[in-house]
Amino acid sequence: MSGKNQQSSSSLALIGGRLATSGEAVTVVIRDGRIESLGQPDVGHTTDQQIDVSGCLISPGFVDLCCNLREPGNGQKGNIASESRAAARGGFTTLCASPETSPVNDSGAVTNLILDVAAKKSKVRILPIGAITRGLEGELLSDMSGLAGAGCVAMGNGSRPVRNARVLRRCMAYAQTFGLTVMFAPENQALAADGYAHDGSVAARLGLLGVPEVAETAAVMEMLLLAEETGARLHLSQLSCGRSVDMLREARGRGISVTADVAMHQLLFTENALSGFDSRFHVRPPLRSEHDRQALVAGVQDGTIDAVTSQHQPHDSAAKQAPLAATEPGLSTVETTLSMGLKLVDRGELTLPRLVHSLTVGPASVIQRNAVIKQGVPADLCVFDPDGSWSPSDDTLLSAGRHHPFPHQSLPGVVRLTLCNGETAWTSEQS
Amino acid sequence: MTAQGPVTKSLQLTEEGQLRHFLTLDGLDRALLTDILDTADSFIEVGERSIKKVPLLRGRTVVNLFFESSTRTRSTFELAAKRLSADVLNLDINTSATSKGESLSDTLLNLEAMASDMFIVRHSQSGAPHFIAESVTPGVAIINAGDGRHAHPTQAMLDMLTIRQHKGRFEGLKVAIVGDVLHSRVARSQIRALQELGVSEVRVIAPATLLPSDVESLGCKVEYDMTRGMKDLDVVIMLRLQKERMEGALLPSEREFYRLYGLNREKLALADPECIVMHPGPINRGVEIESAVADGPQSVILDQVTNGIAIRMAVMSMAMGGQMADRNRQLAERKSQ
Repeated sequence: MSGKNQQSSSSLALIGGRLATSGEAVTVVIRDGRIESLGQPDVGHTTDQQIDVSGCLISPGFVDLCCNLREPGNGQKGNIASESRAAARGGFTTLCASPETSPVNDSGAVTNLILDVAAKKSKVRILPIGAITRGLEGELLSDMSGLAGAGCVAMGNGSRPVRNARVLRRCMAYAQTFGLTVMFAPENQALAADGYAHDGSVAARLGLLGVPEVAETAAVMEMLLLAEETGARLHLSQLSCGRSVDMLREARGRGISVTADVAMHQLLFTENALSGFDSRFHVRPPLRSEHDRQALVAGVQDGTIDAVTSQHQPHDSAAKQAPLAATEPGLSTVETTLSMGLKLVDRGELTLPRLVHSLTVGPASVIQRNAVIKQGVPADLCVFDPDGSWSPSDDTLLSAGRHHPFPHQSLPGVVRLTLCNGETAWTSEQS
Repeated sequence: MTAQGPVTKSLQLTEEGQLRHFLTLDGLDRALLTDILDTADSFIEVGERSIKKVPLLRGRTVVNLFFESSTRTRSTFELAAKRLSADVLNLDINTSATSKGESLSDTLLNLEAMASDMFIVRHSQSGAPHFIAESVTPGVAIINAGDGRHAHPTQAMLDMLTIRQHKGRFEGLKVAIVGDVLHSRVARSQIRALQELGVSEVRVIAPATLLPSDVESLGCKVEYDMTRGMKDLDVVIMLRLQKERMEGALLPSEREFYRLYGLNREKLALADPECIVMHPGPINRGVEIESAVADGPQSVILDQVTNGIAIRMAVMSMAMGGQMADRNRQLAERKSQ
């Protein structure tokens, strides 16, 4: 790659790349933050800056429906500046910020605070998710209309449960009044109890407290029925079970308005990752069986699951240094999400166009946004070299969370350039 | 049976395959388990002498690190360490540091500063000894004295020693484990040991609420009906039933449990006439076992206690030997550089 990294460039041409979805060779010209033209590679251009991206694929910037930025409140685990920079390195240009902050994002004031910090510290777009219940306690409705007015793009309860079906039903009905999307991580609290591992063979052998499959599927069924009754636009986040995919497919067939996502690590790892009590793989929902993993991948491939998320959860090191049950759940993944996806493509489990779709158009449509490369739209782009490789390590990661899944491993796929609104959010020349 | 990951194997074994920690029986092969039993046999003789000490751990400091209270296991570890001539420090962490909010990592750093050679760890959370073994500085051996529901490898090995003393072999034996397998670290280690040592069948006998969800994946046969499950048994191992199990809607009552799964003379009569009766203790008489059976001719429960000291001596001396081998190898490598 050559060229200057001036963010004030009013025009820029990306030369020599191919579109990630179609493979078509293309020159992308960006002027004043928007895509001005998509031309033939051999056409000459008069732009302030030209960047040679030969060998790279050009995709719309990735959209993450589930990203924990830890701000406000959890500075020891990360903040908007550190995690948005890590996300840009991962190719993301839009992050839906989880409401699980401290204080919880259940008021317009917190939403404004997040957006103010984001405007100053983040080069990528941050779209907060509002807490659907006050304090995420799962008991009382939050000021959803006010939150939406302040800039929240959907309402959710993070990874916390809602107390009972009556509250859940009212959450959906109230959100539906304003046409808001509701996001829930399906988990039946009583069935999940104190579990922290898939209730399968690894839990049986290691004596881990299990979360049975039915803790998720019972909640999925309940939520689908309530969405059908209330007419709410439901988004199921963080699926982990193959049977949930079947139920989703069936509900779609009956015309229920429902979308869903899965965390990338669920597509790559299984319960076996916990052999040896590796606390990094303590995630919630837990990594399940190989059968579940395959069904989730198939769900992404056939479009039943709309979006793949990073479910990025940065932690300070102390949060993971304890016996497994005493550690906090979550992996630091936002920088390795694309690489994980490309591993699946290399293995032939997922096609490249489907991977890109599930990181762009799929999640964008859940929050009524677009993620396309065409004339006139804001230039949110991820330029990556699918044949490049890199090794994440404590020294190279930008996230404050260092508990990523691949120590000492070479990963496929290097993000060369991330543009958000035509401005450089990440370029590999920085490192 | 999937063996535990290579991570655990390389954690508890030296490059030459010697024990350096004793965390779990997963990943240990039949030869090593037999080696432990043979070493323990040689220590049984020490216990019969009038002077019951050998100098294998002289000058070493062994710390009993019990995050969960225990009288029996702790005292047999203490006795075993003293018979090996070690200095023993008993720390009841329950009532000290962690209740003041200190993290386990910080507690460990402080203990390491006391230059200990071995930690005997009991903890209520599965995997805690693994975590400690990964965190401590090299040279300190970790012995698992029971972690959560995961493993209690010295208990399982003393049970194996008891079976070998009475049966002379493992091949062809039919063994049943009866009762609360779900919460039992003892059962998990026993199942693993019995399979590695080559018994012909391991049955678990319990209601579905007291079995792990995927118990078949451990390679045992599930039997809900104890009268059927007792047939042709050579060894029956009873597990202790905690009273809390009634509160968690796992069992209706002690009385119903005793009627269905308690070992009495009638049920024992259904097994092979030479069948031995085992129990890791402490016994709940009239809950999981009838007094007449616990004290009867087929019971070997007190042999288990005696064997506990010998097994713990064996494991402690072997782990210290592995740590020494590691150290010597490192010294040799440093010299050759």
